[in-house]
Amino acid sequence: MIHAHDIRVRVTAIEEVAPRTKRFRLQAVDSSHLPQFAGGAHITVALGDDDGALRNPYTLSGSPQDRVGYEITVLRAADSRGGSAFLHEQVVLGQEVSISAPINLFPINALGRRHVLLAGGIGITPFMPITEQLIDLSQKFELHYAMRSDGAAPYETLLRSRLGHRLHVYRSDLRERINLESLLEGQPLGTHLYVCGPERLIDGAINAGKALGWPGENIHFERFAGPPPGDPFEVRLAKSSKAIAVGQHQTLLEALERAGVEPPSLCRGGACGQCEIPVIKADGELLHYDHFLSEEARSSGRSIMTCVSRFKGRELVLDF
Amino acid sequence: MSLTFRDETFRDDFTFRNSPAAIRRFPFPFDRDQYMYSVNMEPHSKGPAGSATEFPIDIDEHYVSEMRERALVLQQDPLRCQSLPHMITAEWDLVELLMTSMADSYPHWFSLSRNGNDWHWINRPLGIDQKFTFGNVATLPYPPMEYITRQCQGDFSLLDQRDDNIWMDAGIATTQADWSLDFDIGMNFMEWHAPVPFAHQMGVFERALKYLLNLQIDKPVRRLNWTMTINPRLDTSPEQYPHWGKDRTQVTAENVGDKVYLRVELQGLWRLPRSNAIVFSIRGYLASLSELATSPKWARRLSRVLKSLPDEIAEYKGLSRHRALSIAWLSQFEDDSPTSPGCGPD
Repeated sequence: MIHAHDIRVRVTAIEEVAPRTKRFRLQAVDSSHLPQFAGGAHITVALGDDDGALRNPYTLSGSPQDRVGYEITVLRAADSRGGSAFLHEQVVLGQEVSISAPINLFPINALGRRHVLLAGGIGITPFMPITEQLIDLSQKFELHYAMRSDGAAPYETLLRSRLGHRLHVYRSDLRERINLESLLEGQPLGTHLYVCGPERLIDGAINAGKALGWPGENIHFERFAGPPPGDPFEVRLAKSSKAIAVGQHQTLLEALERAGVEPPSLCRGGACGQCEIPVIKADGELLHYDHFLSEEARSSGRSIMTCVSRFKGRELVLDF
Repeated sequence: MSLTFRDETFRDDFTFRNSPAAIRRFPFPFDRDQYMYSVNMEPHSKGPAGSATEFPIDIDEHYVSEMRERALVLQQDPLRCQSLPHMITAEWDLVELLMTSMADSYPHWFSLSRNGNDWHWINRPLGIDQKFTFGNVATLPYPPMEYITRQCQGDFSLLDQRDDNIWMDAGIATTQADWSLDFDIGMNFMEWHAPVPFAHQMGVFERALKYLLNLQIDKPVRRLNWTMTINPRLDTSPEQYPHWGKDRTQVTAENVGDKVYLRVELQGLWRLPRSNAIVFSIRGYLASLSELATSPKWARRLSRVLKSLPDEIAEYKGLSRHRALSIAWLSQFEDDSPTSPGCGPD
């Protein structure tokens, strides 16, 4: 009952649920039940054919009541580093992949008296199980869903029947925009806000909340932008005395894993802080893309979050 | 497995004893001759057959008597079991974790059959046969957390995760080493650890909190903690201090070997799937100095740990009054020979 290792699953359904957006259903190869999860959880999927050197996080978009299969909904990213391109173009029905147990970095606050959910495009995925859960718990909530045009983003019809008047859709082709300020200022005390979508939606919500005096801990967000590609660079590890090259479409973490040094990691999205490694020497510029380190910690240059951050310069030496 | 549950008491006449087999499997916590705080957490993976970590939840020869003791404590003081309203999902998570684990590990004692939300639980040692609907509190004789923890050794707390912290918002504590659920309930991780000396300055709690916030489903972790207790008394709560505090004055050079107990807590932490809460289990083990001294290595090591223990830690753990007597008694096993690596007995 305790699995420290990855779970082997088979792709049992692939469905196009919106343009460039596919839903994959994953069921355990041995037909056993998958671990229970709660809304907001994600899994990492080992991708590619070279021992899963690429591991991408994907939010679970199916029902938490469904113990037989997980569902992930994946947008084919224009600038894919290989993850969504691989899933869209190479993965076929019946194929086996390895996944992690669910990890939840975007949970509902159990003390919230009211929940405002804010989704942009493919950022709808965590709110599929979350809305189901909030209905089960008889919680007060509303979902605001921004998309380019009718049918451009998944699950609108399903959500309409599930949520009725609690769903508000905004279509940018009709020049409909979420007015974050008026949305946030009308909320009673004890309301929690959850945002998932493009950076500008998240930043907009955080800034609007801040301006209106919302407590920071009542605003929850999950940035699902992958780590940006960048120039290749080299890293030297002081403890294991290894020199490792980090490629253009590879993260520092992935390069370390490929070199077999087993660095710590968890969310692979610069949020959880688990992959932090101390920097001994950085003759150049540390490119911090994480959401974890404070401004002071960044400017001190004492550590780097290997899952998203990069380096530009002559020499980087890590204490690992 | 043939194991007889002992009929014994943890109060009044204190008939608690360990069988020789139970002494051999005692989770002795010291892997070296000194002790200091650290973030000593490790994966809660399967230990050797017969050890306290062979199974995720350890049921031993004291099970039936410990459950009788728990019922007595709850009868006298219902506030030992409390749960804030938002923790009900976590309570059901705990029911699932404990029932599935106990039934998987000890199928001859416990069984669980599930058909959707219709569950059937059988606990043979305690003579319980319960059909209920998972998720429906009206179908159990107690609230879910209390129901299952009245049938499982160890104290439990359920920690809600929010605001980058964890909060003790539910729990049951009837076998605790001088901490109070009634006092701690609603506190966050930093608040309930506030009285611990040294560790804050060492950054232990900051690191431990960061680690726990990222605890994953199906990847439980554990650590050992320890203190010393006079008599095999499980309920050394602040609420009961008037009854047990004076015991410390009754240790003498003649009775120290049988009266002073090393108390080890095997603490487990699991991420709960529906609630995203964490369950923190505190499973206590007691062994008297004379029981421990059946392994001379343990006697030598414990005596060296006690000798080198900083006064602040001794004071915080409540050892100051009897530390010298314990060291003196253990010194009969001290031959200045080195102790072998690891925690195990000779």
